[in-house]
Amino acid sequence: MTAITMNRSAVRLLIDNKAFLALVLLVVVSAAMSDNFLTGDNLLNVLRQTSINAIIAMGVTFVILTAGIDLSVGAVLALSGAFAASMTASGLAPWISVPGSIAAGAAMGMVSGLFVAFGRIQAFVVTLVAMTVVRGATLVYTDGRPISIGGGDVADAFWQLGGGYWMGIPIPIYLMFFVFVLCWAVLHHTRFGRHVYAVGGNEQVARLSGINVNRIKVSVYAIAGACAALAGVVLTARLGSAQPNAGMTYELDAIAAVVIGGTSLMGGRGRIFGTLVGALVIGVLNNALNILGVSSYFQMIAKGAVILLAVLIDSRSQSSS
Amino acid sequence: MKKLILATAVAAGVGLTTAQNAMADRIALVISTLNNPFFVTLQEGAQAQAEALGHELIVLDSSNDAARELSNVEDALARDIDALLINPTDSDAVASSVRTANAQDVPVITLDRSANGGSVVSHIASDNVAGGQLAGEFIIEQLGGEGQVVQLEGVPGASATRNRGEGFMTAIEAADGIELVATQPANFNRSEGLNVMENLLQAHQGIDAVFAQNDEMALGAQRALQAGGLEDVVLVGFDGTDDGIQAVNDGKMAATIAQQPARIGELGVITADRLLKGESVEANVPVPLQLVTQE
Repeated sequence: MTAITMNRSAVRLLIDNKAFLALVLLVVVSAAMSDNFLTGDNLLNVLRQTSINAIIAMGVTFVILTAGIDLSVGAVLALSGAFAASMTASGLAPWISVPGSIAAGAAMGMVSGLFVAFGRIQAFVVTLVAMTVVRGATLVYTDGRPISIGGGDVADAFWQLGGGYWMGIPIPIYLMFFVFVLCWAVLHHTRFGRHVYAVGGNEQVARLSGINVNRIKVSVYAIAGACAALAGVVLTARLGSAQPNAGMTYELDAIAAVVIGGTSLMGGRGRIFGTLVGALVIGVLNNALNILGVSSYFQMIAKGAVILLAVLIDSRSQSSS
Repeated sequence: MKKLILATAVAAGVGLTTAQNAMADRIALVISTLNNPFFVTLQEGAQAQAEALGHELIVLDSSNDAARELSNVEDALARDIDALLINPTDSDAVASSVRTANAQDVPVITLDRSANGGSVVSHIASDNVAGGQLAGEFIIEQLGGEGQVVQLEGVPGASATRNRGEGFMTAIEAADGIELVATQPANFNRSEGLNVMENLLQAHQGIDAVFAQNDEMALGAQRALQAGGLEDVVLVGFDGTDDGIQAVNDGKMAATIAQQPARIGELGVITADRLLKGESVEANVPVPLQLVTQE
């Protein structure tokens, strides 16, 4: 674990991460089976589609590193997205509506974190409740209908966050890499990051060595909430409206990305780069299944099989090293 | 629990007395929710028809809660009804409500959603197969009988997915010039409609028409087509939601296949009326769908 925290070259990182091998394998197989897969356009397309799950999953990685879990991120995404849409529709510029929504998401995460840390309730239970309550609040807030971001300059500016390009690359891809760099820096180059690993590794030891465990716990759920909210903003911007049922089961995709990326559900072990790769595995898979025209009934089996394979590769490499 | 026993006891008592002296027909409509315009319209259709036929209609809202639904049915039975129209919150959960009515020999008619249990005299719902076929025929006509077509499917295994897909396939298989280049699931969801359409545009050039099995997926696909500069692709949705009809009127979608909730309500009351007059009724009453294009 100490080895993880210190400087490593990017090449070492790739070789170490077996999930990355799974991703390469998947890309090679997809490219061999369809000429339409390995094109610049399609790769940008995959990255853009992956960005939402990747942003959520990177937040969830913090929670899982402390041996927690967050099932509420899909619902937080929906409610934050709805806030963003109604703020935009009422004419508030993105530089108000986006931080506003992210703050709302962080606050929702923080409430879960407080119950986990001080209420001593299992994270699974707390966030299951949060998922239900926030999903309900979304239905109340939206009245069960989509909220359109409206028209005009403000809506156009907001829409850029999901549908815009800068230098030929979609904006959501920049956001995904921005979140990645931020999370990577926090996790691997700050004291807070080391404490997150310490709490997940052994909570008792962390507590005895003077780490404020409760503060760390509340913070990681707030981070997961903030990331889910940003993903909600991107999704809302892409669609031009917030859906009351947005983000349904996204928590499972996010957890799958984290696990494929080699982060242990027992906490204390894992990397943010793995999560990014895990999200890409899922994104590439969804894209390839569509492009290859696999029938709907077989798609689910294929997804399950690939996730299992990726995790198997990772767990074998863990036990042999 | 006490309330439940009391309600059942009262219901049983009232049931006995009415068996002897027949009164004016009283029909109950237990509806899944009135917090959704579709069901509000359904209820209005039933109400208008009941007034036209001179029946009393009691409407009870289950608020999408199966437990509330059961107590509504018990309350309705306690109020001495002659027929029960039920729009289930859930096909499985409604079975106990249906059996409760069966136990008191009150005929049950299901609206929009069917019941997986108990004995139902008649089921009245939109004819999704015919709707899918209508969409297919519209696309064939718009393309002049020739072109490449894509279908976005709903949740795999759902009855709406199967039936709408079946009708659509029947229509396009009959047209030699139409080629179905892809049919992929997007789970009735707008964001998935967008993603899947983007992916399909990567794989297929020269798509002429898209049939989405609901308006939500169609609206997602519309975003992908717009981003790809493919506004002239014939896009057809299903359901006739507010957003869907708006998109049709704005020229963003070519058409949507609208359900007729008011007609479902009307046919519910008409079927109950015929039943109470001792006439025979169909076990399945399909309600036709409507093609909505730009006005």
